[in-house]
Amino acid sequence: MKMTVDPTVCAGNGVCHELVPELIALDEWGFPILGTGASDRTAVEVPRAIATHAKRAASACPKLALKVK
Amino acid sequence: MTSPQYASEIRAPGKHRLLLAGSGSSLRSHEVLHGPVTRYPTARRGHVGHFIAPIEDSGLRGRGGGWFAAGTKMRAVAESAAARRKAPVVVANGMEGEPRSHKDAVLLQRSPHLVLDGIALAAATVGATATYLAIHEGSPVYRTVATAISERRNAGVDPVPVELVVLPPRYVASQESALVQGVMGQVAIPAWGKRPFEQGSFGRPSLVQNVETLAHMALISRHGADWFRAAGTRDAPGTTLVTVGGAVQAPGVVEVDTGTTVSEIVSRAGGASSRVQAFLTGGYGGAFASASFADARWSPELVASAGGVVGAGVLVAIPASACGLLETSQIVTWMAAESAGQCGPCRFGLSAIATDFELLAAGQADPHLIDRLHSRLGVIPGRGACRHPDGVVRLAASALTVFAADVGMHLRGHCNRSAT
Ligand SMILES: Cc1cc2nc3c(=O)[nH]c(=O)nc-3n(C[C@H](O)[C@H](O)[C@H](O)COP(=O)(O)O)c2cc1C
Ligand code: SF4
Ligand code: SF4
Repeated sequence: MKMTVDPTVCAGNGVCHELVPELIALDEWGFPILGTGASDRTAVEVPRAIATHAKRAASACPKLALKVK
Repeated sequence: MTSPQYASEIRAPGKHRLLLAGSGSSLRSHEVLHGPVTRYPTARRGHVGHFIAPIEDSGLRGRGGGWFAAGTKMRAVAESAAARRKAPVVVANGMEGEPRSHKDAVLLQRSPHLVLDGIALAAATVGATATYLAIHEGSPVYRTVATAISERRNAGVDPVPVELVVLPPRYVASQESALVQGVMGQVAIPAWGKRPFEQGSFGRPSLVQNVETLAHMALISRHGADWFRAAGTRDAPGTTLVTVGGAVQAPGVVEVDTGTTVSEIVSRAGGASSRVQAFLTGGYGGAFASASFADARWSPELVASAGGVVGAGVLVAIPASACGLLETSQIVTWMAAESAGQCGPCRFGLSAIATDFELLAAGQADPHLIDRLHSRLGVIPGRGACRHPDGVVRLAASALTVFAADVGMHLRGHCNRSAT
């Protein structure tokens, strides 16, 4: 399962970080950083153990920028 | 932006293929000089045309900055067209958004028909039913290109006539996902998650190639893959255009074999005009490299191993009299303003590092500035819908290394140099 954020839609309110801090860090401007890869931090693999939290975060995103597939 | 003077200035002798003297902008003089183009039948839907063989054998790589294999991209477009049952589109990228690059303008001014031959060949190979050539508003080559296109249209030489598209001169408008939107009449800003070879203009698989890449195709059709490989390195064969600027006697565009040393490229531009402390390589989204970079060889991998970037072929010699940090500050500020402003890390991050550099260059850094700047440079890349912020961060980070001595001086509040 993969989590992605569309940076052109994300408003940077950080709701997602509060729901899955294990997967999503925030930068100083409040925008999400997914995973730790350097070349693409708009996507991250979701470990099975936190799949429920990840899905909850995606459905809580007010901009529908965050997706879990 | 592109200054018209460059459009007629070609420097120095050397192996000229693209910039062969006397090609002229008329179709007749073009064919007299280069000979007639070898035409290939248009590929049937679901197939890739026969020109794919010489292109793959030639090892041609894209000259728009990424140096991606042209044959691989053409195949991907043809395959995606087959899978989606949609006819592809070819978009020639003549936007040249990089302010220090003039090679595409020189090429289009000197040999528009090489580019137009290349568009026709690319269209036949992927089976395209529409072709576009995009240039930016105010481009000095508008008239030459428009005339060349209408000449071909009247002569009926191309099965799919080329449409000229003029787009706003914004830096990111020439990024490929922005460009394919621009040619269909929409705002040319990058899109997230839509790859042009899958979903480009009008939702059709689109082949986006730089105009120089297309001009090389026109020559490969005439002379073959082995001829193409007779110049340049094994991994990035052929000749390539370089815009040489800054502290050189004769700034302008030169054509060199890949693998040529940087010092040879500088001498092709008349040699250094004063002592050179560093080079700006690849353009505003490239990297600074120290003076010893003069020994590097000009190919994407060899330049990268020497700390530079070939990108779209920009090489600027920074004179010892210039303040590298002021130079960087001006570039980063300009690039921050060119952000499309739709992705947070790019919109807020680039202007934050621009401010950091302004303070640093002015000798007004607070004690935390350097740490803060390093952490910002680590946080921004890989998070936008396009690579614009990644390029700016690379340039800014390289400045801190190459101009490390100046950083130390500015932190103590002195600088006795100016911008070039
Ligand atoms: C911010 C940005 C600006 C770009 N500007 C240009 C440009 O001005 N001209 C160009 O040919 N490619 C430009 N590119 C690269 C294009 O997206 C694309 O990769 C290229 O046109 C493909 O052609 P090629 O494979 O023949 O090099 C830019 C890319 C980015 C990320
Ligand atoms: S919740 Fe949605 S809009 Fe808010 S920061 Fe996360 S991804 Fe962006
Ligand atoms: S990364 Fe920057 S330039 Fe690229 S699409 Fe996002 S906001 Fe625009």
